[in-house]
Amino acid sequence: MIVGVLALQGDVREHISALSDCGVGALEVRTLSELESVQALVIPGGESTTISKLARAFDLFDGIQQRIKAGMPVFGSCAGLILLADRVLDAIVGQESFGGLNVTARRNAFGRQVDSFESDIEFKGITGPKFRAIFIRAPWIEECSEGVEVLAQIDNHPVAVRSGNLLATSFHPELTRDNRIHRYFVETICNNALRVGV
Amino acid sequence: MAETHVTGTSRVKRGMAEMLKGGVIMDVVNSEQAKIAEDSGAVAVMALERVPADIRAQGGVARMSDPDMIAEIQATVSIPVMAKARIGHFVEAQILQAIGVDYIDESEVLTPADYTHHIDKWNFTVPFVCGATNLGEALRRINEGAAMIRSKGEAGTGDVSNATTHMRSISDEIRKLTSMREDELYVAAKDLQAPYDLVKEVAQTGKLPVVLFTAGGIATPADAAMMMQLGADGVFVGSGIFKSGDPAKRAAAIVKSVTFYNDPKVIAEQSRGLGEAMVGINVADIPVPHRLAERGW
Repeated sequence: MIVGVLALQGDVREHISALSDCGVGALEVRTLSELESVQALVIPGGESTTISKLARAFDLFDGIQQRIKAGMPVFGSCAGLILLADRVLDAIVGQESFGGLNVTARRNAFGRQVDSFESDIEFKGITGPKFRAIFIRAPWIEECSEGVEVLAQIDNHPVAVRSGNLLATSFHPELTRDNRIHRYFVETICNNALRVGV
Repeated sequence: MAETHVTGTSRVKRGMAEMLKGGVIMDVVNSEQAKIAEDSGAVAVMALERVPADIRAQGGVARMSDPDMIAEIQATVSIPVMAKARIGHFVEAQILQAIGVDYIDESEVLTPADYTHHIDKWNFTVPFVCGATNLGEALRRINEGAAMIRSKGEAGTGDVSNATTHMRSISDEIRKLTSMREDELYVAAKDLQAPYDLVKEVAQTGKLPVVLFTAGGIATPADAAMMMQLGADGVFVGSGIFKSGDPAKRAAAIVKSVTFYNDPKVIAEQSRGLGEAMVGINVADIPVPHRLAERGW
């Protein structure tokens, strides 16, 4: 299985290395043909407005949206969560998301960089100790529709959710050496999707 | 909040810079420019009263910007807002932290406030980026708590040659360290005037422990892509955008060329019809005492 990492901007290298540690092939995706060669996609942390504009400018936007609709497994962290959300609060005028995740996300919900933090969280679906989660100008999920499973929350705000083959976190598992969430994506979501033949 | 909740850790500070990778940070002097930068795909803006080219032209003491001006930019854009403090001016840095800027640039572009010490950056929750012309300088700044480094170049010139020299120098020195025997690293640390532990870490990993951007003299999509090919994680563009004929177009073109820095077809396409580039000054024509890159120690 080859998992792509959308490489328009952001912490692409960290996701590539976490995926490689999970034993899957990882490929940077900047073009439509690269997108066609992957079975799953990670949307990294970065600046959601920048990534969205570049995806539009280089004709990746519709392609990604169609693959999401067709059931491709996608994991988005931070900016990736915003880009997967159907509705985004505190967005800039005209900011587009790929969508697919029936939630409302709020950008920079925890505040500015001085409020960025790390914290131990319970993450449903992984075993072992709590997960050290790093939140950087992070979004949270303000509203979740039915069918969206909340995997982790902080102060009653969902910060990790799953819906079908889509996984999204407000925080950055790729910045820690703890690969349990990437492994969850690969082993639980991607392998399952491959079995049923998406 | 849980007891394990901590702000201002190294991972949170350095992690913020990781999120800027592959991006362009643009100097802006008002909210209109900030909006243009955000709409062009900038990953962050640097709020300052005068771009380096004007500081150079007008002379005088260059200081931290008016908090009102920074606040106006913060209210206008949703992307991170950075601001500059003078080298060693820890109270300017305290003010910038108090008004919630997302990153402080302890910058040689402003007039230094201390000719011996830099700011003790570990004392702050807000992360710092600092300039460096070589590896030793970069490691000294990291030792003081910088969470991001930018090669200095020569700000406000539109002449990319010093940016090239500094990027090459930093990566050459890193390569040299990686090929050394472990017992040679002690002298290497002495020669670099940098802490041994950081020198050893760089020798082992082959890279700086923090994100490395380039700054100083970048004026075209080709300049930006060249810095990326030389190993930068991203670029700062100061005077190069808003001192040019068509800032919005040039800004977007530089953003796209940084993403596709290895694809000459894209860079060629982005280089078309940009109008006038900033006029610029050759670094060689600037008398040595007026070269900004030499500020910082």
